[in-house]
Order: sequence, then structure tokens, then C-alpha cells
Amino acid sequence: MSLRIVVCAKQVPDTHNIKGDAMKPDGTVNRAALPAIFNPEDLNALELALSLRERFGGKVTVCTMGPPTAVEILRRSLYMGADLGILVTDRRFAGADTLATSYTLACAVRKQGEFDLILCGRQAIDGDTAQVGPQLAEKLDLPQVTYVEDVLDVKDGKVRVRNLIEDGYEIAEAKLPLLMTVVGSANTPRPPGAKRLMRYKKAVTRSELMARHKGRDYEDANVLTEEEERLRSRGLWIHEWNADDIGADLGRIGMAGSPTKVKEIESVVLARREYKQVPPTQDGVNGLIHDMIKEHILS
Amino acid sequence: MDKRGNVWVYIEQQDGKIADVSLELVCKGHELAQSLGVRTEGVLIGSGVAGLAGTLHEFGCDNVFLADDKALKHFTASPYQKVVVDLVREHRPNIFLFGATPVGRSLAPRVASALLAGLTADCTNLRIDDFEDKATKRVLKDKLMQIRPAFGGNIIATIANSWEDPQMVTVREGVVPLGTPTPGRTGQVSKVKVNLADVDLSVQIIERCRRPKKVDLKNAQIIVSGGYGVGSKEAFDLVYKLAETIGASVGASRAAVDAGWIDHDHQVGQTGVTVRPRCYIACGISGSVQHRAGMAESAKVIAINSDANAPIFSIADYGIVGDLRDVLPKMIAAYRARV
Repeated sequence: MSLRIVVCAKQVPDTHNIKGDAMKPDGTVNRAALPAIFNPEDLNALELALSLRERFGGKVTVCTMGPPTAVEILRRSLYMGADLGILVTDRRFAGADTLATSYTLACAVRKQGEFDLILCGRQAIDGDTAQVGPQLAEKLDLPQVTYVEDVLDVKDGKVRVRNLIEDGYEIAEAKLPLLMTVVGSANTPRPPGAKRLMRYKKAVTRSELMARHKGRDYEDANVLTEEEERLRSRGLWIHEWNADDIGADLGRIGMAGSPTKVKEIESVVLARREYKQVPPTQDGVNGLIHDMIKEHILS
Repeated sequence: MDKRGNVWVYIEQQDGKIADVSLELVCKGHELAQSLGVRTEGVLIGSGVAGLAGTLHEFGCDNVFLADDKALKHFTASPYQKVVVDLVREHRPNIFLFGATPVGRSLAPRVASALLAGLTADCTNLRIDDFEDKATKRVLKDKLMQIRPAFGGNIIATIANSWEDPQMVTVREGVVPLGTPTPGRTGQVSKVKVNLADVDLSVQIIERCRRPKKVDLKNAQIIVSGGYGVGSKEAFDLVYKLAETIGASVGASRAAVDAGWIDHDHQVGQTGVTVRPRCYIACGISGSVQHRAGMAESAKVIAINSDANAPIFSIADYGIVGDLRDVLPKMIAAYRARV
């Protein structure tokens, strides 16, 4: 059976490379100060989607909510083999917690049309909450299986998966449509395909197309529309939707739609505690081990 | 003022055994409830689990909501969500604590989404305080302060809910110390009528394979832990070798786990295990807030790092500034030569 799969992905700051100006005074993340990457477990979700399409046929759509620069992970998805990218972007989404984010994604998923499977990475490395996947499932009134490591089979409208539990794993069977969150051990995401990269690096959103033509004066107002049509027909069009496009209730997105508020942010200033300096020599280390044994810390 | 809701704890059990984190949270919940002058209540879901209520009473539950049904034998998201959401709508708790286990992290977000409630993940501390909502200028009395290191670990964020209750959080195992039960302490059991008529039961568990955890860091007395500074999977063998020599368990920082040098079961810190050993030997660990959140209560900390300015030294009792590939073999030799 052919599968219509939507992968929800996030562009995240690379938490391995954090600098001091990473937070704004209001407690939200200063994304501009950080290198942005494709959230690792979302890549696992995309890889799983692509391998399912190879096995069963279908279509893979990747959807992300984020700033305009998040289009980069959509292009990366196209290089890897996705069929379509959707950028959900609007200044009014800023400051969203997981509840507002899952509401926004739910609106976008509904707008993109019917689906059999929604795949998310288990969690994003910037917050590690693992909340958006299950919240999106609830918003779409879908059953869910989290911590999925492998899809064993898809047959007769049912999917059989292996998912991790606290101290082991389960084999679960579920009816489609379904939302699954995918763990990092599920697979190794494929690299971008060279031919696809050459082709899809030309894929753009409306904003990017407008920016490209900025400052030019056309006698024929249809030039842009024609170019959009041309890009669409070649599969080089990345959808760009704002809050109005997805029909979002403005009270439920961004800061307004977020029940959790940051009360305060404390920088961690470590009081320098005196510690005993041990020289990195054999004598120094001998002394340390001797002390540890004498104090019954080591036996 | 409205009558205040109680403090609730989601009780996770597997095959009739209560998860450690749930008992820890009952203790914390009891403490929060006492400071608010409300009751502590547990939500226990499963099949044939009524016998667990007594333990929960002894650890501090005044009441246990018991939803016992064959269809609830194993956790699946939709039916468990339905039971919990119905209970919340009827009884309106003020605070709701979940263990940050795979089950807690799958269930709590669905419940929060259905209730339009705020949910904060992986809190390392919880306390009660007033909160001024900057948007409305209203001061909300006695709210739950949800404290967690955030973002890169240079900061600790205090988060509060500005919407209606419940205030929901998840907490990792070991973050809150387990209190002592009071033998003979009794409480109420409220049986819940389970109605799954409208619920999607399409997710079926076909097979379950539980394997005991390979490491028990939580109860380890001596831990040798490796971080990104170890440099490679091969060099990580030195960490194992030192641990083996001195009879220690092996821990790791997140960076070492992310680098693929060691399994996540060994991760110490906010999103790993919280440990309280007699001795913690940190090898090539810089000491981010997230890591320190999981090991700061170690009795003695020995830090080995080539960077003399690494934050780990600020909580160390003994510090060795040097290359661990040189220092660890010396430690192994010193221990072997001990008298």
C-alpha cells in the first residue's frame, strides 16, 4: 500500500557550539547567535519515511515551523529525497512553547491534506522535551507510538513497529493513520544525493523568489506568477505558509498561545571552591590514591 | 479564593512494580502539598494493581485514584490519556507530577495538550512562590516554580504557568531523593469507573521484552565518568579500565554519549541519571550545568581535565590539570601498587 507520510522537523541551534549570548533577556533563545542544524532525530524520522516510501510507495512531505532560515532543512530534505517541503513561518509564531507549537503544526498538517503517517524525531536537542510529537498526535486526535526504532511491516492499513520502553522494547501493532516518534538508533540518515542537490538547490519559497526579484521593475506584473508556475511544475517550489494561511487562531499561537512563561533566567556563576591541586605526575597521583584509600573513599 | 486543588502524582508501574521515580515524586508531592495545605493524591492505572495502593499511602499519598481494567494492562497512549484527562476534569488538581520516563514523556504531553495546560520537561527543582505574569500584570499566588537548566547550560530557567491549573511537570528519576515510608500510614482509595467506549484502542502491544539495565549508576558508590575530552572511543577504554581496576561503575557526559562512545544508559546529568556516589571521578568532562545537575551531590569529586578553567573544577575536591591519557594509566598503576 502506498503511504502518504508527513515528517515534522525542526531546525535547531547546534547545542554543541553554544556561546554566551545564546539567550535573550526575556528568556527566549537568541537563534541568530548560533549555528543552526537539522535536528538529529528528525533526520532519523525523515530517513525512516524515505525507506518506507521505497518499500511501499507513496509520498514524503516535510513540514517545519521556524524562522525563514529554516527553509535550509527543507532543501536538505529535498536533497535526501523528500517530495515536498512546507515552511510554516510567521513572526507571530515567536515565543511558542510546545503547546502552541503543536497547535501550529496541527493546523499546517490539516491544511496539507490527507495522510497515513506522521513521523517526528523523538525530541529536539535544544529543549529535549519530547513533547511536541505526542501533543501533535493529541491535537490531530491520532493514536501514537513513541520511541520507534523500526517499522517491521505495513499491511492492510496496519503498521507493526518495534519501540523502546524504559528497560527493553515492545512490538506494537497500530492502525493507520498514526503518529510515531523516532529514536536516533533507528537508522543512519542517508547523505544528500549529488544529482538531487544540483537540482533542488534551486528550490525556493515565495519570499526567496520575491527577494531574488527585489528592486526590479517589470512591465508585465505576471512575471513572478509565471516564474512561480514554472518552478512549481518542476517540483522546485517550497510552500511557505503564515498564520493566516493555516487558519490559526491567533490566541493559540506564539507567546499568546503558550501557558508556560519564563519567570527568570539566572546565569550560573560558580563560586570557586578551593580544591586540592594534584600534579599530573606519578607521585602526585600516588598521593591522591593514598589519601582516597586512607579516607575509605576507595577500598 | 477558590478551593485549591490537590497535588497529584502519576504512578507508573510495570508488571505490578511501582517505578522508583513515582515513589520519589510522591515524596516531593507530599512536601509541596504540605506547604500548600492540600492533599497528595496518586493516579494509579493498570490491571490487577490495587495491591500497590498501600505502599503509596506509606510514602505520602492521602488518596489513590485507582483505574484497574484489563484493557489498561500495558501502557498505550490514547486510553491512558482518556482516563487521566477525565479524572483531571472532574477533580481539578493544582499540580500534576510525572516521571520523565518513556511512558511519562508520552502520556504527560497528550494530557497537557487535551487540557490546554502548561508542561515543563525535566525539572531539576520545584518550589512554591508567587509569580507576576508580565503580560497581564496579575500576581498569581503560590504557583509552582519549575526550575530547569536550559539551553547550553549557562543558565537556569524558572518557569511558571500563567494559565489555569493543572501545573504539569516531568522529573527524571533520582533528581528528587526518595524519602522514608511511614509503616502503617493509611489513606483512601478512590476506584475510578473506566469508560473506554469512545477511545481508540487500535494500538496493541504484541510482545514485550524487558532486559535488566546494564548499569545501576543511581546506587553506585564509585563512578568513573568520561566526557568529550576523552577524545575517542579507543581512549574511552581507559575510563573503563580505571573503573574496573578500582571497582567503579562507568558514567558519561552527554557529549560522550552523543559522540557514540558509550550507551545512553551511562549518561549522568539532567537528561540522564542523577547520581550521589561516595566518589565521582570526572575524566575530560567540562562540567556543564546539565551535567553538574546530575552529580553535584557526590561526596567527593575528582576532576581530571586539560583545561584548568573547566567549570568542573569549581565543584571538585581534587583537581588534576593534565592529559587524561597520561593521568589515567598513572592512577591505575597507583591503585595497583597500593599498600
